Amino acid sequence: MTEGFVPAVLGTETEFGITIRNQPDFNPVLASSLVINSYAGSSSRIAWSFDEESPGRDARGFGWDPAPPGEFESGLVNVVLGNGARFYVDHAHPEYSTPECIDAREAALHDKAGELVMARAAGAAEMVLPTDQTLFVYKNNSDGKGNSYGSHENYLVPRAVPFGDLVRHLTGFFVSRQIFTGAGKVGAENGRPPADYQITQRADFFEEEVGLETTLKRPIINTRDEPHADPSRYRRLHVIIGDANLSEVQTLMKLGVTSLMLAAIEAGTVGDPVILADPVDAVWRISHDPTLRRTVRLTDGSEVTALDLQWHYLEWITKHVESNGADDAARASLEEWSAVLADLERDPVSTADRLDWTAKLAMIEAYRERDGLSWLDPKLRMLDLQYHDVHPVRSLYHRLVKSGRMRRLFTDDEVRRAAIEPPEGTRAWFRGRCVEKYGDAIVAANWDSLVFDAGEDALRRVPMMEPLRGTRALTADLLDRSPLAADLIDALEGDVRR
Amino acid sequence: MAEQERKQTRRTDAPREQDTVEAAEAKVGEQLTDRIDDLLDEIDSVLEENAEEFVKNYVQKGGQ
Repeated sequence: MTEGFVPAVLGTETEFGITIRNQPDFNPVLASSLVINSYAGSSSRIAWSFDEESPGRDARGFGWDPAPPGEFESGLVNVVLGNGARFYVDHAHPEYSTPECIDAREAALHDKAGELVMARAAGAAEMVLPTDQTLFVYKNNSDGKGNSYGSHENYLVPRAVPFGDLVRHLTGFFVSRQIFTGAGKVGAENGRPPADYQITQRADFFEEEVGLETTLKRPIINTRDEPHADPSRYRRLHVIIGDANLSEVQTLMKLGVTSLMLAAIEAGTVGDPVILADPVDAVWRISHDPTLRRTVRLTDGSEVTALDLQWHYLEWITKHVESNGADDAARASLEEWSAVLADLERDPVSTADRLDWTAKLAMIEAYRERDGLSWLDPKLRMLDLQYHDVHPVRSLYHRLVKSGRMRRLFTDDEVRRAAIEPPEGTRAWFRGRCVEKYGDAIVAANWDSLVFDAGEDALRRVPMMEPLRGTRALTADLLDRSPLAADLIDALEGDVRR
Repeated sequence: MAEQERKQTRRTDAPREQDTVEAAEAKVGEQLTDRIDDLLDEIDSVLEENAEEFVKNYVQKGGQ
């Protein structure tokens, strides 16, 4: 790591699709609650505290925007896991938020661990259903009928970076990165023109350039400014324009390259912003062209492809890393990015070993060829959906991996460990270990605090406003020395007195 | 750039040699087709049977 390089904190949150076959009165909220409550690791009933949450806060500095009531829906079931993750019901979906991670590789690993947690929970939930009912959970972002559910990325960004700079540089980046972040989809929806197959699940749903909404009129740049940390030092960039990825390589690239873009914007090593004439229009136009030849217009009148734009950003980022350095995960994602752009340019399907959208396309094309199916055949939509099934046997993604067609980054052991153990380099370590060790004494938890009932008169709230503290290095000894929650509280208060 | 080099290499190849290369490529192609057929068979064995109804009933409201 180069001197002066400041580690970023990042993570993902994914809403999963859910359905139960043969359940006439299927209710997605109840089904989601059943999944969360069935997870073996969720035995400790720790309430999520919403004290510090302010989803209505706007990064543009408008203060408090009144958000629609749905924005504040707290969800019925909330669990904090021993790996520091949050596992809960949001709206009508089971959702998994990874713990705070220190680099893109760690975040990609925890994103994958979320699938394992979801698969185990779904398996346990199914045990209590009548035997003729089957529970399905999908890591995708659309039902193909105009309803989308999110896969969000979160990046901690220094408050000193002007939000306007983020908007100017990230809009073109987000619109064009679809070519390597897409999970692929049969058809189009939400009033967009028909398409046989498109690059992303989410593109059809973006209707604004900048905004606070996440459930309707979704914006390319979301302004939710809820850092779960000291707001005078940090903002959280809440990225909603991305697909949930099954491919580990793709998740690494998506998170690593976006982190590098943020680092370059912060360092001022980016050039003049590339401004699209109509970014909202460009989102679906790019997604609807799997040949990657379609151009979109810039404000200077020139026409460029998404690949042109990505090559441009690659040049900036390469220079940035040469002069400012980067961590190993970011360097790895830079190498993958550069290779995938070259391969996409040569032949998109040559990336089927690492991109969900091309892997799915190759599989569907083979199926179509064998059975002579038209693009309108419902079987193709079934292949699309089942690619994302978290069930290890039903998942078509798993079939492609097992047949050696798709690359992995992680071993099964690494994923299993990440489903249990928190990342060591952030406050997630303290949160996860406390939940594991003092679970009975914790009455509430959230990203930036834990509330203990240590058997004293008053509840004790332990604030964790700094995401880069509460690490293993800083708190392992303290936890080892504290057999009970009361010992931990005494030790922390002793530290404050000293 | 690698693409150009490869094309040039091909153009200067002796015809006989190229035939051999193409025959070898055709054989690899056949093996790939065999393997994709195996994969498709495997997918058939796990793919939801009543695709039309299943897909029709899959409706997800209230997402972000």
